[in-house]
Amino acid sequence: MELQVTLQKRFNNFHLGVEFEVQGERIGVFGPSGCGKSTLVGLIAGLSKPDRGKVILDGETLYDGTKNLNIRPEHRRVGMVFQRPSLFPHLSVKGNLTYGLKRCSPANRKISFDDVVEVLQIKHLMDRGVKYLSGGEKQRVAIGRAVLGNPRLLLLDEPLSALDDSLKFNIVPFLKDVCRTFTIPYLFISHSLLEMQIMTDQVLNLSDGRVLEKTTAEALVRARMGESMAGYMNLLRLTSPQPVDGIYAYNWGNQQLLIASGDSQPEGLFELLSTDIILFKSHPEAISARNLLQCRVIRTFEARHRIGVDLDCGGDGHLVAEVSKQAVEELGIRERSEVYAAVKATAFRKLV
Amino acid sequence: MLGFTPADYSAILLSVKVATTATLLSLPFAFAVAYVMTYRRFRGMVALDVAVNLPLTLPPVVIGYLLLILLGREGLIGRHVLQPLGIQLIFTWKAAVIATAVVGFPLMVRPMRTAMEAIDERLIHVSRLLGAGWFDTIITVILPVSVRGIIAGSVLMFARGLGEFGATVIVAGNIPGVTQTIPLAIYEYASSPRGDVMALSLCAISIAISVVVLVFHEWLARRMVRRD
Repeated sequence: MELQVTLQKRFNNFHLGVEFEVQGERIGVFGPSGCGKSTLVGLIAGLSKPDRGKVILDGETLYDGTKNLNIRPEHRRVGMVFQRPSLFPHLSVKGNLTYGLKRCSPANRKISFDDVVEVLQIKHLMDRGVKYLSGGEKQRVAIGRAVLGNPRLLLLDEPLSALDDSLKFNIVPFLKDVCRTFTIPYLFISHSLLEMQIMTDQVLNLSDGRVLEKTTAEALVRARMGESMAGYMNLLRLTSPQPVDGIYAYNWGNQQLLIASGDSQPEGLFELLSTDIILFKSHPEAISARNLLQCRVIRTFEARHRIGVDLDCGGDGHLVAEVSKQAVEELGIRERSEVYAAVKATAFRKLV
Repeated sequence: MLGFTPADYSAILLSVKVATTATLLSLPFAFAVAYVMTYRRFRGMVALDVAVNLPLTLPPVVIGYLLLILLGREGLIGRHVLQPLGIQLIFTWKAAVIATAVVGFPLMVRPMRTAMEAIDERLIHVSRLLGAGWFDTIITVILPVSVRGIIAGSVLMFARGLGEFGATVIVAGNIPGVTQTIPLAIYEYASSPRGDVMALSLCAISIAISVVVLVFHEWLARRMVRRD
């Protein structure tokens, strides 16, 4: 997907002025609330009219202020999922799902109804009224409805924000699977860096109606490490848990992690904050933390007054820990030096 | 039954016929006006708002008189539109329909508009993005989602139509068997000696119809709640 956008839009006392060009399948639009993210996607979708500018999607001009060209939203083939599911209350689940499919020209129909229903696991809901669905089910139906419109670009406008944490990370795999299975590129809008890390490859960093930079979620998380109390968020996708003394052991790289929040599901996504990792210069003989990992320092990076340490923990294992400047000197941390990382079994938060 | 004359029976039937016709006739217009007032921003919106709601505050007799002037033989519409087409409205039951429709119009528009204003804007956005044009969106989203308001508005207009007196008596007259509706018949009985019993009987019929309408409305509303 290739998207070129130059847009100006003025509200009462807000001015959106953006200019960017992105190529890729998983693009994030990141920024605090009120920075113009939703305004921007509304303009790309054609739901509101810009003051001037240009929107070109995959070579087709959707809006050109100078030529007075403004393709209507129903002809843009751009799908959207909002914060709230916004399902049609008068239609059944099936009626909602097929609304866009029916209106999609046969030439553009590439996604089959049955496949989407299977990926989203909503077959058993088909004949229900939408009011009887749970929050997560509703959002899955909303995603299915948007996908079945066979869009060439999906705009995901904070689709996870209205869901509570456990539900949020339940939806994530569905969202990722459906976009990957049917190769639908998307713009993922959110103010959450964690969501950006999970959902995107590239990120447009928006602030006060402007695009500050085109970057990645990883770079943003690193840059913000020093500002946030929580530090850097390590995301670990772990498989094949084994129960050990009431907690769970997961294989990770060529080591093993003991995790209190683990469960018997075959795969899980865990968050580990850089501030929850303690580094030792040599092997501490006895330690209460259940995980002691032998690691090699790949490099260090600076974020405000803190130092981030990239650790190679063997195999594919990779972590970012965070220490103060004095600690770097005292431990003699530098490239290729060896350290031990201690992590309590309770420090991992299970996301999915 | 109750010693009704043929003219009384035709008054009862005519009342129902006039109120039903006026309601059905107004439905598309009221829906269009409610839609425009909810979703379109344009100059003269305030003027339209006032015009639509004016019959609510004007005495029905005034409306009747204005309609008479407009639709009568010498009136703007009467002379230039109706006469060339050979249509005679004044003092027919059709005039009663028009009077009823005009008087009840704001009552019909208001609940529709309230229902439309309550529709989540994103439903409309979603439908557009899924490929529905604006007319398609009106028919497949706005209409079904605001259906309760449409029913409420229709019931209000129908009920108001059953009781229409002031405007009807001026444009349609009070001709037994031709333009006399229940309220007009009651008026005639009430102002004649020994007409009390007949007036009361017609009142009973009027109450019965109103109760049936309200029960029907309640039943429909409950059925919809259940369906939801």
